[in-house]
Amino acid sequence: MRAIKSPKTAKIAYHRADGLLPQSPDVGTLERMLYYLKLTREAEYRIERVLYRQGKIVGGVYVGRGQEAIGVGSAIQLVEGDFVLPSHRDFSSFLIRGFELKDLLANWLGRANGPTRGRENTTHVGSLKLGVIPIISPLGDTLPVACGVALAFKLRGRKNVALVHFGEGTTSRGDVHEAMNLAAVMKLAVIFICNNNGYAYSTPTERQYAVKDLCVRGPAYGMPGVTIDGNDVLAVYQTVRQAIERARAGEGPSFIECKTFRMTGHSAHDAAEYVPKERLEEEAKKDPITRFEKLLLAQRVITTRQIKQMEQRIQKEIDEAVAYAEACPFPRGETAIEGVYCGPDCWWETGSAV
Amino acid sequence: MPILTHLEAIRQGIWEEMERDPSVFLLGEDIGVYGGAFKVTAGMLEKFGADRVIDTPISESAIVGAAVGAALVGLRPVVEMQFMDFIACGFDQVVNMAAKIHYRWGAAVPIVIRGPSGAGVHGGPYHSQSNEMWFVHTPGLKVVVPATAYDAKGLIKASIRDNNPVIFYEHKFLYRRIKDEVPAEDYVVPIGKARVAREGTDIAVITYGAMVWTALEAAQALEQEGISLEVLDLRSLLPYDEEAVLASVRKCNKVILLHEDTRIGGFAGELAALISEKAFEDLDGPIIRVTAPDTPVPFSPPLEEYFLPNAKKVAEAARKLAAY
Repeated sequence: MRAIKSPKTAKIAYHRADGLLPQSPDVGTLERMLYYLKLTREAEYRIERVLYRQGKIVGGVYVGRGQEAIGVGSAIQLVEGDFVLPSHRDFSSFLIRGFELKDLLANWLGRANGPTRGRENTTHVGSLKLGVIPIISPLGDTLPVACGVALAFKLRGRKNVALVHFGEGTTSRGDVHEAMNLAAVMKLAVIFICNNNGYAYSTPTERQYAVKDLCVRGPAYGMPGVTIDGNDVLAVYQTVRQAIERARAGEGPSFIECKTFRMTGHSAHDAAEYVPKERLEEEAKKDPITRFEKLLLAQRVITTRQIKQMEQRIQKEIDEAVAYAEACPFPRGETAIEGVYCGPDCWWETGSAV
Repeated sequence: MPILTHLEAIRQGIWEEMERDPSVFLLGEDIGVYGGAFKVTAGMLEKFGADRVIDTPISESAIVGAAVGAALVGLRPVVEMQFMDFIACGFDQVVNMAAKIHYRWGAAVPIVIRGPSGAGVHGGPYHSQSNEMWFVHTPGLKVVVPATAYDAKGLIKASIRDNNPVIFYEHKFLYRRIKDEVPAEDYVVPIGKARVAREGTDIAVITYGAMVWTALEAAQALEQEGISLEVLDLRSLLPYDEEAVLASVRKCNKVILLHEDTRIGGFAGELAALISEKAFEDLDGPIIRVTAPDTPVPFSPPLEEYFLPNAKKVAEAARKLAAY
């Protein structure tokens, strides 16, 4: 265990800092974090900028370029039995929880042996075994579901937690209110993580809410609320860690606003011309991966050579996964009518979590 | 055999399932200390404790969503909507989350959403609706509407054991008005199977829920006029018993489709299409609908009476149809 401090941590505004003390991951975890940050960035680049443009991926394509630190800094510390309910921009959560990249790519490509057998697109992929419950397109719906997962933990006396990610646009939906209130009233082990990336499709934050920082929403429901730099993976790690510890101790939910920026359009078809160029240039300087890499180099946790090797390994992994996915067959059309109901012979994983 | 009211039968069904399976628990507004707005869950808090009979804030969407989450990880929540009218507040969670999960990524969502529906008790537009068709049109859900106390108990038990989201409509007019012999021992009534409530030869009245009793009343009145009505109680609307519908049509050759729900987009439309597709040659007259008109449910007693189908309206329709 090697203590490491993010130089940016001190600048983070903890609006409710009571009980929230910085903690640091060990070196192995730091390396894994860098690996998942880079793997996520590169895999999503391949999805959005290559496979989509080649016409191989069809439909909506949503990626989390620029905001990878949130998914990585949070999911990396989950243990067996915990659940994550990622947003559509938390691809890293799926990888960290144990989904294979090749299977996720097969799903993006609509293939028969992807985890949804072609029924679902993007990151709408779940696994009870891996502890991942996917988002649905009407936003905010996963927050009450996270409450239910945590309620089941509570009823069964488990110390597990449910992390749920959502954008700042989603915070305008009623389900967010209902879920945060329910979690606070029932003292549920839910960590509400708001990935505030500046824009909900084309709508900027000032047209979405009228407070400066969303962290004020936490105390309004009776739970801690903090706003942190979401591009600082260590700040995410530390803050989420404290929220998790609080939740495991039975002290209830927390709300964490992670400020970041969406370094791409809403989806692959969207050129995002509504985002001022200067803003993008300014936000590019805060890139979470570059920052973390510099920090690890400065702290001598990793060498330039090791980073190069990591990058080569990642490219190879993605190449292999794409090749696998492209070789997978499409589903037969008539299988569309299968599996609407879960009968005695249906393909469901039993809910073994509790 | 013990005689139970419709309401007592539902309570007994839930009670037995909670005794049988520790993963069954209840979630809803005012269901614990108060025992539910209609007292369906009365006594359950005392018997099963606050961990299994959970009072929630007024948050229908979060209640349904939380039920989905708990179900995904292995529990079997039974959710009460204080009135089925309020399920609209949780509609998104029902139709977009619960209904589609299994098809999308394979997990089972064994939840039951139950509550009082229907008019006849002067509840006005928001305590009287028959909104079952909102969900009949959503693949992935099951929709159950019992008429008798026996079926109410057997179907609530089947619903709780089902691995899919089930929307369970309890007609509030029947809660304390209908009494039945209900076996004390364990039994289930399978979802998706209709029941011939009364054998007849001239006209098949196909219906469900409280209207089963209306149809039976009409049948009794028409008996003296020499018109024999068969009454088919669908019991489940999704999935529904196509074979039983076609059997009644083929037997009687004339059909009245009766429901308390409003007309356009009501279940009668689906049945009429089925009959036309599969039993056209068996028909000796037009398919007749007896339904509520296309309005919200009005409050004032004369308005509500006008709105609701009744035995007189069914009998009038039957007399016209018998003349063919």
